[in-house]
Amino acid sequence: MDNNINNIPIEKFRLASRGDLLHDSKFETKPVSYFQGAFQRFSKNKGAVVGGIIIAVLVLFAILAPFFTPFKPAYYDMVYAYVNPRLNVFAESNINFWDGCRQKDTNQVGYLKDLALATETGREVIKNGEYTVSEDGSVYSYRYDTYYGVGFGKYKTISQEEFLDIQRYQNETGRQVLYPVVKSSDRPTLEKNKYDANIYYVVENRKASTLRPKLDKEGNIVPNYWKYDAAKPSSTIPEYNSLRLEGENGIQEDGKQYFYAYGRKVDGGIEVRAEYYEYYTYRHTEVLKDGISEPNFIFGTTQTGKDIFACLAYGARFSFLFATIVAIANFLVGVIWGSISGYCGGKIDLTMERIAEILGSVPTMIVITLLKYHMGTASQVLVLFIAFFATGWIGMAGRTRMQFYRFKNQEYVLAARTLGARDTRIMFKHIFPNGLGTIVTSVALVIPSMIYSETSLSYLGIINLEAGNTTSVGTLIAAGQQSITANAGYVALFPCMFLVLLMLSFNLFGNGLRDAFNPSLRGTEE
Amino acid sequence: MYMFKYVTKRLGLMLLTFSIIFTMCFVLIKLLPIPTTALPGQDPEIVMKTLEGRGWITNIKEGSNGVWTYDRVPIMLQFGNYLKRIVTEGDFGIATTYGEYLNMNIWQVFVNHLPPTILINIYSTLIGVPIGLALGIIAALKKNKWQDQVINIVIILLISVPSIVLALMIQYVFCFKLGWFPLTMSVSNEYFTWPVFRSMLPAVFALCLGSIAGYARYTRAELSEVLTGEFMLLARTKGLTKRQAIYRHAMRNSMVVIFPSILSEFISVLSGSLIIEKMFGVNGVGGLYLNSITFQDYDFFMLLSGFYTLVSLTAGIVVDISYGFIDPRIRMGAK
Repeated sequence: MDNNINNIPIEKFRLASRGDLLHDSKFETKPVSYFQGAFQRFSKNKGAVVGGIIIAVLVLFAILAPFFTPFKPAYYDMVYAYVNPRLNVFAESNINFWDGCRQKDTNQVGYLKDLALATETGREVIKNGEYTVSEDGSVYSYRYDTYYGVGFGKYKTISQEEFLDIQRYQNETGRQVLYPVVKSSDRPTLEKNKYDANIYYVVENRKASTLRPKLDKEGNIVPNYWKYDAAKPSSTIPEYNSLRLEGENGIQEDGKQYFYAYGRKVDGGIEVRAEYYEYYTYRHTEVLKDGISEPNFIFGTTQTGKDIFACLAYGARFSFLFATIVAIANFLVGVIWGSISGYCGGKIDLTMERIAEILGSVPTMIVITLLKYHMGTASQVLVLFIAFFATGWIGMAGRTRMQFYRFKNQEYVLAARTLGARDTRIMFKHIFPNGLGTIVTSVALVIPSMIYSETSLSYLGIINLEAGNTTSVGTLIAAGQQSITANAGYVALFPCMFLVLLMLSFNLFGNGLRDAFNPSLRGTEE
Repeated sequence: MYMFKYVTKRLGLMLLTFSIIFTMCFVLIKLLPIPTTALPGQDPEIVMKTLEGRGWITNIKEGSNGVWTYDRVPIMLQFGNYLKRIVTEGDFGIATTYGEYLNMNIWQVFVNHLPPTILINIYSTLIGVPIGLALGIIAALKKNKWQDQVINIVIILLISVPSIVLALMIQYVFCFKLGWFPLTMSVSNEYFTWPVFRSMLPAVFALCLGSIAGYARYTRAELSEVLTGEFMLLARTKGLTKRQAIYRHAMRNSMVVIFPSILSEFISVLSGSLIIEKMFGVNGVGGLYLNSITFQDYDFFMLLSGFYTLVSLTAGIVVDISYGFIDPRIRMGAK
């Protein structure tokens, strides 16, 4: 037999390919780590990216807006209550939107009152002076400026020093704060109209409930200022030596010179008619020096004259900060609790689960109420923090426990243990990083729900953050709800928009994160 | 037999949890100072005697300066007294600081506040469940077609827009701008008359929007998963029409998950929503709870927190148990 394989001569053997020993060829592509892959998947999800951008904008708003507004949540001014939102851009270019005005439909008397204010102060109480009258002449409609429409408010009693200081201010800036007063015997008699400083004109019937301005022959309003003889000043009229109404350098009547009275001495000071817009500017720039120059509320004001923009900005800042801190605290405790419970299993797991279950079945409301009772006077923020922490970590612990159960029996854990790794090393170097994606996602989803709970609690009035010099979106929404009947829908509009945007974007963002970290779960909870 | 054991075990655990929570609440409440100040028009002696009669304090004495001194009964004894009165007389205490219901039986007040809460939630469930299911079914059957996409957008909006905003919008648009409904629910005991029913409607709508979205999302997810199952292919292969296959096989299987959540919602109707009740001025349990917090009326608080805890625990347990009954293949807690 030639075919004797046992006796093949050695010369017949030859290396298959001399020199180039076979190696595994290197990967041409770059390795993609778990987090890189997650990031790539996340960037492909348009909704999630948009959600992320909106969240970033909202967070930026919460961080930066408080620096750009001089107003504080504690600020309030009852005179400028229910002032409409005003954005300078819109107010100065004739757009009838976001201009601090509201549509006003009124009768002729109402119109004349606003017109009287406009003619005296020279401000556009009626926007551009434009108005329309219905066919029968009973309804006048126009854009009513809520800032200028405040006018003079009530007669104000100020001290002698302030009276002098305002005159100094007037002379320095040339802006008129004080206007001539009406003699008290010429004022309307009814209690509700007596102190109304907006009525500076002659009225048809001083005793009537609705005061109708008496017009002269040309249809103009006739001022009813208190005049005194320049030669013989009355003792009840304080000395005044400053800006006067345009064209009034004393009035000549019967050969005598008369002046208008710019104040009246009363108990405790001088009663004046101060135009509130200018008076506000004077007070904030000269007296309080709090950085506020003119009344200008971007989002308007509430029933109590709080600036909605500032309240929203500070409330949002608080919400984000608070939710993040609570989420971190929950994360730390929950992860440690859940990993021990999940890794150890058996009796330890059972006991820890029971404890968590019992704590978890106490409704959050009850926890908060009990805390409130016990810490009544302490900081509300602390009450909130403890309550959210006490109930919040349980969910996190449960999720971590699930992840540990999922991974702890896998081969690589067995391998690590065989190689002599200690328990803590296996838990935090081997198992935990694998579950991290899911856990991080749940942190992202917990933040909006926490903000929402905080908002609802403030809305319900169980938690009141206003005492702690901040505020909450929920408090604003509660104020907005009360404003519905006052036809001031904008009070609720901005806080609601904030909340909706926040929830929507966090939902999109969180779903995107979940899909990115666990591609297998995609769409299960859509 | 197996089921019976499982149910008993779950019920026992629930009762244990409940009594732990209830005891914890009681102890924490009793650690607070006892409100002994008499309201205007109240005789301090009567206030003291009432507290003594309820077993909270003993040994009361009036000092020379009109200040009353007393000793506290140990908390566990107080708890015994409290439980004894509940069990033997059904007496949960009387209101001590809640001005409106001063000296009234708390249980009676509570029962009087139940109907508005329950009615509003029942109406909302009755409206919400069918609409939610229907939307979910349509979306699942027309998956990835335009109907599905429209429904999906609606669902995402309804879920993301918080109920507080939805309710406010409803109140603003329908109650204020259009004037179709009164702003708040009328306080009347005749719940089944048209004016009262009409005043309930905004609250009902506000409540049911959330549950519509929830059910639609849930049904869509469940049903579309079941529809891809292999038994559906088999059903069609053996000659069923699409309609028959969906009704007889797909729907029934998807209901295994959906039905328990409907059940639990029917139980949670008792507790209602604090936000909706406050916003629409519903004279229900939620308002009672909020006021009892402000007035610090501790007996009210005990009754209501016990109630809320019980409702949420029961809702949870019913979901778990009903799984076992609806689908015999599911053996909860089986080894």
